[in-house]
Amino acid sequence: MIHNLTLDELITKVRHRELSSKEIVTALLDRINRIDTLINAYVHIDPQKALSEAEEADKNFFNNPDKPLWGIPIALKDIIAHKGSPLTCASKILQGFISPYDATVVERLKAAGAIILGRLNMDEFAMGSSTENSIYGPTKNPWDLERVAGGSSGGCAAAIAADECFASIGSDTGGSVRQPAAFCGCVGLKPTYGRVSRYGLVSYASSLDQIGLVTKTVKDAAILLRIIAGHDPRDSTSFPIDVPDYPQLLTGEIKGLRIGVVKEYMGPGLDPEVKSAIHNAIAQLASLGAEIVEVSIPSTEYAIAAYYIIATAEASANLARYDGVRYGLRVDGADLYDMYTKTRGAGFGKEVKRRIILGTYVLSKGYYDAYYLRAQKVRTIIRQEFLKAFEKTDVLIGPTTATPAFKIGEKIEDPLQMYLTDIYTISCNLAGICGISVPCGMAQIQTADGSIKQLPIGLQILGKPFQEATILNVAFAYEQNTPWHTYKSPIAKL
Amino acid sequence: MKSLEFDIKHVADLCRIALTPEEEATFSKQFEQILCYVEKLKEVPVEGIEPTAHAIDLVNVVRSDKEAETLPHQQALAIAPVARNGLFIVPKIVE
Repeated sequence: MIHNLTLDELITKVRHRELSSKEIVTALLDRINRIDTLINAYVHIDPQKALSEAEEADKNFFNNPDKPLWGIPIALKDIIAHKGSPLTCASKILQGFISPYDATVVERLKAAGAIILGRLNMDEFAMGSSTENSIYGPTKNPWDLERVAGGSSGGCAAAIAADECFASIGSDTGGSVRQPAAFCGCVGLKPTYGRVSRYGLVSYASSLDQIGLVTKTVKDAAILLRIIAGHDPRDSTSFPIDVPDYPQLLTGEIKGLRIGVVKEYMGPGLDPEVKSAIHNAIAQLASLGAEIVEVSIPSTEYAIAAYYIIATAEASANLARYDGVRYGLRVDGADLYDMYTKTRGAGFGKEVKRRIILGTYVLSKGYYDAYYLRAQKVRTIIRQEFLKAFEKTDVLIGPTTATPAFKIGEKIEDPLQMYLTDIYTISCNLAGICGISVPCGMAQIQTADGSIKQLPIGLQILGKPFQEATILNVAFAYEQNTPWHTYKSPIAKL
Repeated sequence: MKSLEFDIKHVADLCRIALTPEEEATFSKQFEQILCYVEKLKEVPVEGIEPTAHAIDLVNVVRSDKEAETLPHQQALAIAPVARNGLFIVPKIVE
């Protein structure tokens, strides 16, 4: 079956002309048409355009022997600009918005020969951890339709876990790629801040936002990162540093590599099944020759508080642009002020309003030093603790999330509980390092009718700034010696 | 930080968001919890620590001062809620 293939397998088949682009795109469109109503991963798709691009790709195949993704469909989180396509960030305030230009990542995908297939569901403006804050309704977890897919890139992960696409591009501000990847049993990579251009990525918290990707395997992540990474003069925060040949560097050899287990990530609050899966993963990595050491990031307990001050402060400034003047929703008012407040009141969802208001508050006169400045200082401490831990280790590991996927509706009325789910992923963004989540086990959940459901567990591997090749290789070594990436969700089997 | 210090009407007004009375009530309660939670940052000794605005050491990145292509006028206006005579139209601001 075409949809079961990995990106790597697909590339080989297209190159050997065993599959045409049209066959691949047709198969995927049929599949999305048949099963996406069950999980609600896609929010927009233009089948005609995708098919005609596939036909063009097939016609021009022999002119483009060096394009690595020739004729291969890739899906995007609904936060990345693709010229001529809608871009809504799952928000009412951007209903009807059509991107006038391509994001740099989209340009690079197109230059590599890829076809942009469709747009994937998310939490509104990437604010959330469950993809429930979406005007399109929640995305469901392909392992258990009563549970969340995670967020904010829930559509990216669910589409991969349901075999509705081969690779997807998302964004990660506090765990938004790694957490849904863990919940859905996929590979989720957040590159170092500055590794991938943010040009054309709608801003949420600019000092933390980074484009990431969700794939079926580690090798697929390496292939895709090689294509989208690199300096871009249009993003002044993208870093001028060479992009290694990531797929070539996947040796699976980790003998002598120093792996730090973060003590604070294994403590209270960690689900026993997740904990045991992580201990097994540590043992597996040790058996492959890695040296395991315990490290400490003492300020872990302050990371969420620092994050929700910094991120909301930045969001309050970034989202000021949605005012009903130049694009998006406008609600008429008696005067300009009335138009602004009504437009923003009607256009933003609850969580976005909460974060803008909170961000405005922490930046306001009299509170700036107590909240924002203090949070930025705590951010310095967290970053220093990571850099110190990396002095005696090559990578750090721990769980991606404290529990497997939670139920839809379980946390949505309690924002603080929702924020706390990001405990293990958030520091990575504050510290500006890179991280990846790979499947490392299955939790057994007993349902009301006595049957057993399986839910994926994610292993998080954190790396030094710009050392994506190292975390990819550790993830690859682990993946190649364990069966978890071969497990398919019930929806993937339909 | 208790909710009495948090005047939600005032802050919502600062960021130009109209709230329903129901939202005001729910958000106030939720902000109280969230602000109570972030109080824990006060436990951290931060004296002498420099703030981090950005995790990567890049300073003053500027492009060369050369003309470059930008979004064409018509294209920018094509997605505006109301545009006329090549301009974005807003409610009257001067009497």
